[in-house]
Amino acid sequence: MSVQPANASLSGAFFALVRRDLLLAFRRRTELLFPVIFLLVVVSLFPLGIGPSMELLARISPGVIWIAALLATVISLDALFRSDFEDGTLEQFVISGHPLTLIALAKILTHWLVAGLPIVLLSPLLAVWMNLPDGTMGVMVVTLVLGTPILSLIGSIGVGLTISLKRGGQLLSLLVFPLYVPILIIATAAVMAAADSLPYTQFLGLLVAGLVTSLTLAPFAAAAALKISLS
Amino acid sequence: MRSWTWQHSFRSMALQFARSISKGMLSASKVNFERYFEPVFQPVSFELEAGQLLLVTGANGCGKTTLIRVLAGILHPTSGRIDIPARNMAYVGHYLALKDDLSVVENLRFMRDFIGTSQRDVESVIREVGLDRVKHNQARHLSAGQRKRCALARLLLSEADLWLLDEPYSNLDTEGVGLVDRLLLGHLEAGGSAVVATHGIHRPDWADTIDYVLVSGAAA
Repeated sequence: MSVQPANASLSGAFFALVRRDLLLAFRRRTELLFPVIFLLVVVSLFPLGIGPSMELLARISPGVIWIAALLATVISLDALFRSDFEDGTLEQFVISGHPLTLIALAKILTHWLVAGLPIVLLSPLLAVWMNLPDGTMGVMVVTLVLGTPILSLIGSIGVGLTISLKRGGQLLSLLVFPLYVPILIIATAAVMAAADSLPYTQFLGLLVAGLVTSLTLAPFAAAAALKISLS
Repeated sequence: MRSWTWQHSFRSMALQFARSISKGMLSASKVNFERYFEPVFQPVSFELEAGQLLLVTGANGCGKTTLIRVLAGILHPTSGRIDIPARNMAYVGHYLALKDDLSVVENLRFMRDFIGTSQRDVESVIREVGLDRVKHNQARHLSAGQRKRCALARLLLSEADLWLLDEPYSNLDTEGVGLVDRLLLGHLEAGGSAVVATHGIHRPDWADTIDYVLVSGAAA
């Protein structure tokens, strides 16, 4: 029953969608900046709350930065498919004949570029701010490079499932937080192992495995979830 | 003998395909859709050929929008069969798929690039639907009628054989209604076909039209 557009280029559709979503993100600057500001506020509150002990800050900094990154990702997730769902664009995607998986992947990539990449770029500043132990900044950046795309990929499934619900955002948090826990544990373990001069590459290996697995499966699951929500 | 059978099968398949692309655009056989185990409309059957318009009318809530969404493949029928030999289709529903933060040109350019099949120039399509004066305005600043015209422009850009239109005359002034009629006529004369769901205030009488009065499942 599906109708294939003649001569349609999948890569053309993919890049057209990424280009449009980036343009939209830069037009909606408030939405673009909100997760970044949220991240900075959350991280800056910790030294104020627990006092100026440098040792304590250094000890908890990997966890703090990662929890702030996780929360910043979650608050930006709802925008992943919502506007396309509400204004009928998602219906146009379905009838276009292009695979919904490809469309989900393009949306996830854009989400990471808009919400995940700024976190990675800001992480050196946060590391200095939180007195991250010497020699661990690189590991922190690598865990964020590997981990934030997983957050976007897993989150896309939750968004797909909750998009048609009026208060879907609240349910979304409940759905995705348990799935984020292993990423949080592995990523902070890598940074803390590096801080203690212990081997940490096995943790990075686990993050790579998680990234490959979620990259392989999540777009399909998100596409299936979107189809369920549309019906 | 085996070779002949294979060749025969292949030939009949090729003939069927050739017939389908030259004539048939859309056929539905006993299509039904249920929501919460209640039928939305009575089973629908029809065959639509090139150059024909299927006009779906009926009372509010009889399932016109649902039928269009089923035909578009957005919803899956609970039972029945839909065949779409048409090469591709375009759909304009209640939600017009316009991004408020993008201009008319940007909205249409995205759709042209995304669909990837159109040879048509965005600017000429904008002129055709009468949006030349506001083409650089963001969609949020357009009136309801102008937004509808922008969605109609997407039909032209898609160069689709089959148009599925849900209440295409809503929010349009007299000139806009004339525009929809003109676009539909041009599309049908070019060998395309269309399904139009309307509550029946305006009825095009110039097309080779199949009338289908949809009956609500609950009312039957």
